[in-house]
Amino acid sequence: MQISREQMLRAYRQMVTIREFEERIHVDIQRGGIAGFTHLYAGQEAVAVGVCEHLTEKDKIISTHRGHGHCIAKGCDVIGMMKEIYGRQDGLCKGKGGSMHIADLDKGMLGANGIVGGGPPIAVGAAITAKVLKTGGVAVSFSGDGASNQGTVFEAMNMAVVLKVPKIFVLENNGYSEHTGFSYAVGSRDMVRRTEGFGMPVFQADGYDFFSVYEAMRQATELSRNGGGPCAVYAECTRFFGHFEGDPQLYRAKDEVARLRAEKDSLKIFRQRVTETGLLPGSDLDQVDGEVRDLIDRAVREAVAAPAPTAADVLTDVYISY
Amino acid sequence: MPKISMRQAINDALHLEMERDPRVIVLGEDVSGGAGGTSGEREAAGGVFGLTKGLLPRFGEDRVIDTPISESCIVGAANGAALTGLRPVAEIMFADFVGVCLDQLLNQAAKFRYMFGGKARTPLVIRMTCGGGMNAAAQHSQTIYPMLTGIPGLKVVVPSNAYDAKGLLLTAIRDDDPVIFFEHKSLYMDECEVPDGDYTIPFGEAAMVREGEHVTVVALARMVPLAIGVVDKLAAEGISCDLIDPRTTSPLDEETILESVRATGRLVVVDESPPRCSVAADIAAMVAEKAFHHLKAPIIQVTAPHTPVPFARELEAAYLPSPEKIEAAIRKVLGSR
Repeated sequence: MQISREQMLRAYRQMVTIREFEERIHVDIQRGGIAGFTHLYAGQEAVAVGVCEHLTEKDKIISTHRGHGHCIAKGCDVIGMMKEIYGRQDGLCKGKGGSMHIADLDKGMLGANGIVGGGPPIAVGAAITAKVLKTGGVAVSFSGDGASNQGTVFEAMNMAVVLKVPKIFVLENNGYSEHTGFSYAVGSRDMVRRTEGFGMPVFQADGYDFFSVYEAMRQATELSRNGGGPCAVYAECTRFFGHFEGDPQLYRAKDEVARLRAEKDSLKIFRQRVTETGLLPGSDLDQVDGEVRDLIDRAVREAVAAPAPTAADVLTDVYISY
Repeated sequence: MPKISMRQAINDALHLEMERDPRVIVLGEDVSGGAGGTSGEREAAGGVFGLTKGLLPRFGEDRVIDTPISESCIVGAANGAALTGLRPVAEIMFADFVGVCLDQLLNQAAKFRYMFGGKARTPLVIRMTCGGGMNAAAQHSQTIYPMLTGIPGLKVVVPSNAYDAKGLLLTAIRDDDPVIFFEHKSLYMDECEVPDGDYTIPFGEAAMVREGEHVTVVALARMVPLAIGVVDKLAAEGISCDLIDPRTTSPLDEETILESVRATGRLVVVDESPPRCSVAADIAAMVAEKAFHHLKAPIIQVTAPHTPVPFARELEAAYLPSPEKIEAAIRKVLGSR
């Protein structure tokens, strides 16, 4: 696998940024600084970053209700995101979207999406655009094991195969559809074969290991970018937090999260891999850790200080013309 | 000027705009048809009512896309294509099928611009066949535009004739917001004079179909030609009506309706949708709120009853507003003059 030192450092920075962002929001929500419903992505960083490291701005992604990680990995401005989650006027979506609707179309990020399974059909459309306008881009949708049971996802998989468009379905099995386990909700307990049944190849990855996801996505983009039609990347992973912030997680064994944090932390796994093999010195990673902590501190400081939207803002941005 | 059908006018508009703008694509079930069939005839349908006929041979398979029967993904794909630089015109074969893809209209297309802070453009048109009169029964006859009119972020077009349909469809495709374009199936073969070339009709501008002084009649879609017959008949008796066709229910040209009611003092609203939370009720409420003191009589709504659309000829005829019901309403609002 060809991956430069700079790219590894960038990937690590992205993963740490997601982690610090989510850990900080978890704390700030408990302090009462953030309104609404928030779903944290911490634990799944290797998937978002392993996927998005293969993408440029001509490539489009669409995310889920658990979207912060995908946004950061696709290059959304972290301070703008934090302001949005704080509901500020100069947030990425002017405070009109919030955690579940962060988007940055200029970055090819077509939005987090509060409707489970809402994204994949939209990504089929983005892939149609890539094909019609011959942009060379691919369209990527992220779906969890929960979304994978929605008919919309099945429709999107079939249509992508029928139309042979450059569409990559990233399937993140984090073990839980909200408060219900994978083994209950996915009847066949086999998302890979089910996806293959639609007529597309599935590249499997270890969702805790950046390098594994990176390699699977390399194969996926190579196929889809070169006219091979749609495919999927499947990764098993876990979330370190509940379905939403405030979820008591009564469906999880008491020590489950602590064990996963100890044994299946994608940041630790990355660090161990690159330092033991001499790819990167630990001091470089430490430096990134410090810089990211400063960035998140600054993002929160600026978000807290930023102006709130006004009542007049309610009425703008409904239509382009009316 | 040649007389052509509404079906032909819509087909002409699609040809014109696909020719003019390479970003326009058409997608839906059987928009060409024939793919995978045994006859080898590629354009076996051209749309179930022939609205998209001729597009495939002219513009090719990349831009004229036959989809599987997957309405959620049809609308979703139109959403995604619109967000990323195309101007899709998707077809939902019957408006009733919005039942299986409402999310992509309600929560996606309608919301992108607002919830993304004004940065999204979603220039898409969803064409759908609606309405009764063909004994197509409960799941293929509804006029669901009231439901979609109530969704902020969507624009809703309900043409009543070929001329308007062509001009409004060209406006719809060039509009940067999501537009739902309702085509009443019982109007497809109605003909009127339609210019060959390119023209547009702005949204939110009602047509004053007839001018009069005694009663304001507001009618939508297929109710417009029915109302024309009634209004013309009553004119011979000396009862003259303003007949207003809003043409778009979102945006709604409130001012033309209010101005007319201020002059006539009497309002009859005719729509074939069921009565609750309908466009008719919406217009009646708007007039009651903004022109109450000009009213000389209670507003009358002529609508379908609060039932599903029935099948049998006799039942559907009893269900739909008829010229007789419209005439009776006009006479009643005048105090049985």
